[in-house]
Amino acid sequence: MIGKSVPRKEGREKVTGRARYVDDLTFPGMLHGVTVRSPVARGRIRAIHFEGEIPWHEFTVVTAKDIPGKNCIALLIEDQPCLAAEFVNHPEEAVVLLAHQDKYLLEEARRAVRIEIEPLRGVFSIEDSLARKEIIWGQDNIFKSFYVEKGDVDGAWAEPGLVVEGTYETGAQEQLYIEPQGMIAQVSEAEGVTVWGSLQCPHYVHKALMILFGLPRERIRVVQAETGGGFGGKEEYPSMIAAHAALLARKSGRPVKIIYDRAEDMVATTKRHPSRTRHVTAVSHDGKLLAMDIDFTVDGGAYETLSPVVLSRGTIHAAGPYACPNVRIRSRAVATNVPPHGAFRGFGAPQSVFALERHLDRVAQAVGIAPDELRRRNFIREGQTLAVGQVVKEKVDMKGLLERAFELSGYHAKRKQFAAANSDSRAVIKKGIGFASFLHGAGFTGSGEEYLASEVAIEAKADGTVHILAGSTEMGQGTNTIFAQIAAEALRLDCEQIRIVQPDTAYVPNSGPTVASRTAMIVGKLVETAAAGLLQTLRDSGLLPDGYSAADFSRACREYITEHRALKSFVKYEHPRDLHWDDQKYSGDAYGAYAWAVYVAEVSVDMRTAEVRVNDFVAVQEVGKVINPVLAAGQIEGGVAQGIGFALYENVVWQEGRMVNAQMTNYVMPTSVDLPTIRVFFEEIPYGRGPAGAKGIGELPLDGTAPAIANAIAHATGVDVRQIPITAETLLEMLEAVHA
Amino acid sequence: MRAFLPAYEMETPRDLAAALERLASEPGAWKPFAGGTDLMVLLEAGKLPHKKFLNIWNLADLRGIHVAVEHVTLGALTTYAEVQRHEILAREFPLLCRAAAETGSVATQNRGTLGGNIANASPAADSPPALVVYGAEIEIVSAGGTRWAPYASFHTEYKKMNLRPGELIRAIRLPRSHAGWKQYFRKVGTRRAQAISKICFAGVGRVEAGRIADVRVALGSVGPTVLHAVRAEELLRGQRLGSVDLPAAQDALSAEIVPIDDMRSTARYRRNVARNLLAEFLEVLAG
Amino acid sequence: MRERARKIRVSCVVNGTAASFEAYPMARLLDVLREELKLTGTKEGCGEGECGACSIEMDGALVNSCLVPALQAEGAKIRTIEGLAIGGSLHAVQQAFIAHGGAQCGICTPGMILAAVNLLARHPHPDDTQIREGLSGNLCRCTGYMKIFESVVAAVGKVEKRA
Repeated sequence: MIGKSVPRKEGREKVTGRARYVDDLTFPGMLHGVTVRSPVARGRIRAIHFEGEIPWHEFTVVTAKDIPGKNCIALLIEDQPCLAAEFVNHPEEAVVLLAHQDKYLLEEARRAVRIEIEPLRGVFSIEDSLARKEIIWGQDNIFKSFYVEKGDVDGAWAEPGLVVEGTYETGAQEQLYIEPQGMIAQVSEAEGVTVWGSLQCPHYVHKALMILFGLPRERIRVVQAETGGGFGGKEEYPSMIAAHAALLARKSGRPVKIIYDRAEDMVATTKRHPSRTRHVTAVSHDGKLLAMDIDFTVDGGAYETLSPVVLSRGTIHAAGPYACPNVRIRSRAVATNVPPHGAFRGFGAPQSVFALERHLDRVAQAVGIAPDELRRRNFIREGQTLAVGQVVKEKVDMKGLLERAFELSGYHAKRKQFAAANSDSRAVIKKGIGFASFLHGAGFTGSGEEYLASEVAIEAKADGTVHILAGSTEMGQGTNTIFAQIAAEALRLDCEQIRIVQPDTAYVPNSGPTVASRTAMIVGKLVETAAAGLLQTLRDSGLLPDGYSAADFSRACREYITEHRALKSFVKYEHPRDLHWDDQKYSGDAYGAYAWAVYVAEVSVDMRTAEVRVNDFVAVQEVGKVINPVLAAGQIEGGVAQGIGFALYENVVWQEGRMVNAQMTNYVMPTSVDLPTIRVFFEEIPYGRGPAGAKGIGELPLDGTAPAIANAIAHATGVDVRQIPITAETLLEMLEAVHA
Repeated sequence: MRAFLPAYEMETPRDLAAALERLASEPGAWKPFAGGTDLMVLLEAGKLPHKKFLNIWNLADLRGIHVAVEHVTLGALTTYAEVQRHEILAREFPLLCRAAAETGSVATQNRGTLGGNIANASPAADSPPALVVYGAEIEIVSAGGTRWAPYASFHTEYKKMNLRPGELIRAIRLPRSHAGWKQYFRKVGTRRAQAISKICFAGVGRVEAGRIADVRVALGSVGPTVLHAVRAEELLRGQRLGSVDLPAAQDALSAEIVPIDDMRSTARYRRNVARNLLAEFLEVLAG
Repeated sequence: MRERARKIRVSCVVNGTAASFEAYPMARLLDVLREELKLTGTKEGCGEGECGACSIEMDGALVNSCLVPALQAEGAKIRTIEGLAIGGSLHAVQQAFIAHGGAQCGICTPGMILAAVNLLARHPHPDDTQIREGLSGNLCRCTGYMKIFESVVAAVGKVEKRA
C-alpha cells in the first residue's frame, strides 16, 4: 500500500457533491447567527444601541455578559476575549451576537446595532509597536521573544572577510480557503454543548469551549464536518466562531448556524504574520559564512493567539540548512491593533526563509561568487550543528538536491543565456532564473510533541473492517487516505477494509492538532504502531493463520470479538529519548526530522508593465518516504501555488488596521492561467521514526517558493528585491531606478 | 448577503414596448437588469440602493448581431461569449473580441452583456476602449422614440452618462471602416484572468506609405470614464513612422489621463505603463 | 416595517426533472438550489462571481449561480453536479478526478468538474491553453491546478455523447 497512489478515500463524495460541509447541514428549528463587530481599531465601548425598525424581541442577543465561564478564547494564554466587553483592540473585533431564523432580517439587524466607542490611538506597524508609541498589550507590546546563540558572533566580526547587511519584509497573507469559516452549535441540558464545523483541530475547540462555558470535558463535543481547506486558517480561529455559535445556541435554546461570507472571513479572521528580518553576515573572501546576526520580528496583531509558536518556528528556521559556526538570532512577536494574525502553512518559516535566501544571494554577489557556490561551500552535513544546536543525525545531501534541481531546470545554461539576453537594453521581456535551498522541521518544536502526548486508537469490527480513531482531520491534504494506507500496510489488508472515523471528540482520542507537518510523520506513526499492535493481538490469540487472507482476517476478528467483546489497540506518543531540547536556552534538538529541498524558479519580467510571470518551477525535496505519490505531489504543487501567490499576487491593503481589499476581486490568488507547470520531484532517505520512513511535507513548499522567485527577478532585472509581495507597482519603480 | 433581499423586486416585461412603458411610467423607479454580473455583485455587497428591476434578458429586440455592408450592429444583450464566437467580429473588430475574452471568466462571459457593461459605466471596463477606437454609436430607445449617440462622448463623468430616465440601450453599431488597420489591445490586470484592469489600452491606426494616416487611441482605468486620448492622437496623426516624437506623444498622453491611486494600483504606475503601452502600440503600427 | 416583494413561483428543469419553487424574485439561484431544492452540491465560496464554486450549467452555458436571480431561472434547463452521474455511474470527468487527484478538499470540485465538462463539450480535444482558459473562472486553493489539468486530459476522448 505504501508508495501507491491509492485514490482519495472520500473522493467519490467530493466529485459527486455529496460530501457534507458545514453549510450543507441543517437542523430542525435552526437559527442563523451573525456577529456585530467593532468599526474602530481601538477604544473603550461606551454603549451598544439597538436601533432601526427591527423587531428586537424576536432576536437572540448575546454580549460578553452572557458568557457563563471565562470570557476568553483559550489558546496558549487567555488574553483574547470571546466578545469585547470594555475595550476593543482591533477593527472587526466581535462585540455582539445576534440570532434569528430569517437570515435576511438578521442582516438588517446587524446593521442596526450601533456600538458607541470612544476611540483610542492605535498602533499599526512593527516600528510603532516597538517604539511603544502606545502600550497596547502587556507591559511592552511584546508577546514573546527568543534569543538563540551559537558560537561567538561578536568575536567573528574581527575575522578577515566582508560584512553584508540587509533588511527584508514580508506582508500579511490570507489563507483564502475556498470554503469560508462556519459552525453550527447546539446546547442542551442533556447533551451539553455540541458544535459541528469547518475546522482543523477539534480538541483545540473543545478546550476553548470548556473554559468559555465552565463545563467539564464530557459536556463539550466537537465534530468536524467535511472541511474545504484550512492551511492553518482553521487551526485556532474555529474556536472563536464555535464559541459564538454556542453562546447563541445556549441563549436561544435552538441550534444556531454561523457562516461567514467571504468579506467577513477576510477582514475578521487570521492571516500570516507580517515580518521584518535584518541580517548582518560576516563571510570570508572565499565564501565561508563566519557569522550570522539575525534580527527577526513578526507582527502578531492584537492578541497573542499562536504568535509565540510562529515566532519559534521562524526563529529556528532563520539560519537555514547551513553550517555557520557563529549565529545569533534575536526575535520577537509584537502587538498591533489589527485582527490577530495566526497560523498559515509554514508558520513563521516562510517569513524568515525568504529573508535568508534572498540575503544569501546578495552575500554571494558581494563575495563575487555564484549564489549556488556560496550555498555549496556552506551546506550543512551529517554530524554538523544547526543554529539552535541540533546535531544533524540524518543523512543529508543538499549538494545532491541542488545538482538535481539544476539539471531538471537547466539552471546553469539559463543563467548564462538570460544574462546575455538581458544585457540588451532594448529587451522588453527579461528572463531570470533563481533558486532557494532550505529545510523544514516536521512536528512540534522541541518538547512540543512530548507535551501533546498524542493518542490514536484502532478498532477492528466483527465484519473485519478496521476503524481508525484519531483527532487528525482531513481537509484535502490526504489524511484519511494515508492513514488507511499505513494501517492497510501494517495489517496486510486492502485500503477498502480500513475506515476513518469522522473526528468527533466524543469518540476519537486527542492526536494533537492537524498542523506543523506532523500528521503523516507523528500521527501516521502512531497509526502504524497501533495497527501493528492490533495485528499482534490477533496473532497472539492464535486465531490468525500465517499468510492470512482478508477473509481469514475478518473471521479472526469476529471470533476474537465474540470471545473478548472488543478488539482495540491504543497507542500514545513516546518522545524519542535521544532528542533533547532546552526551552530556557532555546537550543537542542528542535525537530525529530527535517525535509530538505531546493526549488528553482524561472521568471519573465515585462519591462513595460513590471508584470512577472513564473514560466517554470522545479521543486526537489527529500522527504523520507512518499506514502502516496499523487497526494504528495498534490501537496507540493498546491503549496508552490500558494507560495507564488505569496511572492507576486497576494497583497493585503491596510487602512487603520483594517483590510480594505476584502473581496476576491481585489485580493487575488493565482488562477489556472497564472501558474506554470509545477514540476515536483522527490528523494527518499527513510526516517527511522516515520511511518514507512515518511517525514512531514505539508508546509515545506511555502518556505522556498517566494525566495526562489525573488532571486529569479533579481537575476532578470538587477532589482534588489527586499520585500514580498513584489507588486508590479513597486517593481516598476525599482526597474526605473535600476535604469536611471 | 449584505442587503435586505426581500425588498428587491423584479418583473419580466412581455416585450420591449412593455418594458419601455414600465420605464416611462415611474421615472427612475425601474432599472433594466440584463445578465446581472455587475448588479448581483453590488446586491451581495449591500451596495445596490435601487430596488426595482426589469428583467430584460429575454427581449428578442435587444439580441442578435446584424451584419450590413457598412455596419455591424450588436444588440445590447450580446454577451461576451457571443462576441467571441462571431466570425466577422473576430476578423474586423479583434479588439472587441480581445476585450470580451479578457472580461471575467467563461461563466461571466456567458452572462455579461455589452449593454449592461456600458450602462454600468465602470471606468475599468475592458470593452469601452475598443468601442471608442472603433467609433461605436449607441442606439437608445424609450417610450418616446429612438436616438443614436456617439459612444465616445456617452460617458460624461464618473458613473454618469448620456442616458435619461426611461431610456434603454438597444444596440451598439460599429462602422466597418477599419479593414486593414493595425490594431492593438492590451489590458494590464492584477493577474492574467478574471482581473479588473489596472490599465487598458486600445489603439487602431491606418498606415499608408510609412505614414500614420489616421489613428485612434482610448484607455480604461485612467480617468473617471473611458478616455479618448485625443492629444496623443494629434501627435501621431500624419507623422512618418520613422520620425514620430514618441516622448512628446507620451507626454501628451500623460497629461490628458487622470489616473488615481486605488486599492488595485497607483496613479504613478498607471501613468508610466500608459506611456509604455503607447510605445508598444507604435511598434505595432510600424510592424 | 420594511416592505417585502411578493415571492414568485418559478418552474424550471433541474437535472432532467421538472422543478418548482417559491422564492423572492432576486434570491440567488445558488441559495434556491441549496435551500429550496436541497441540492447542496453547488457551493458558495465568494458571493461575487470570482471563485466559480457555484458554477452550474444553465441552458447549456456555464454560469455562476450566485449571480443569477431566481426569476431568471424561469423555464431554464439547469444542471448541477448532482445531475452529472447517471444512475450510479460517474461521468468520465468525475472518474478522472478521483483517479488523478483532481480533488483535494473538494469545495471547488463540483464547480470545477462542471466547468471541465462544459469545456469538453465546447472543445472535445482541448490543448493546454484551452484547458487553462476554460477553467480560469474556477479557483482552487489546494491543488495548484496541476492535477486538475491532468484529470481533464485523462477524460478527453472518454466523454460519452449524452442526450
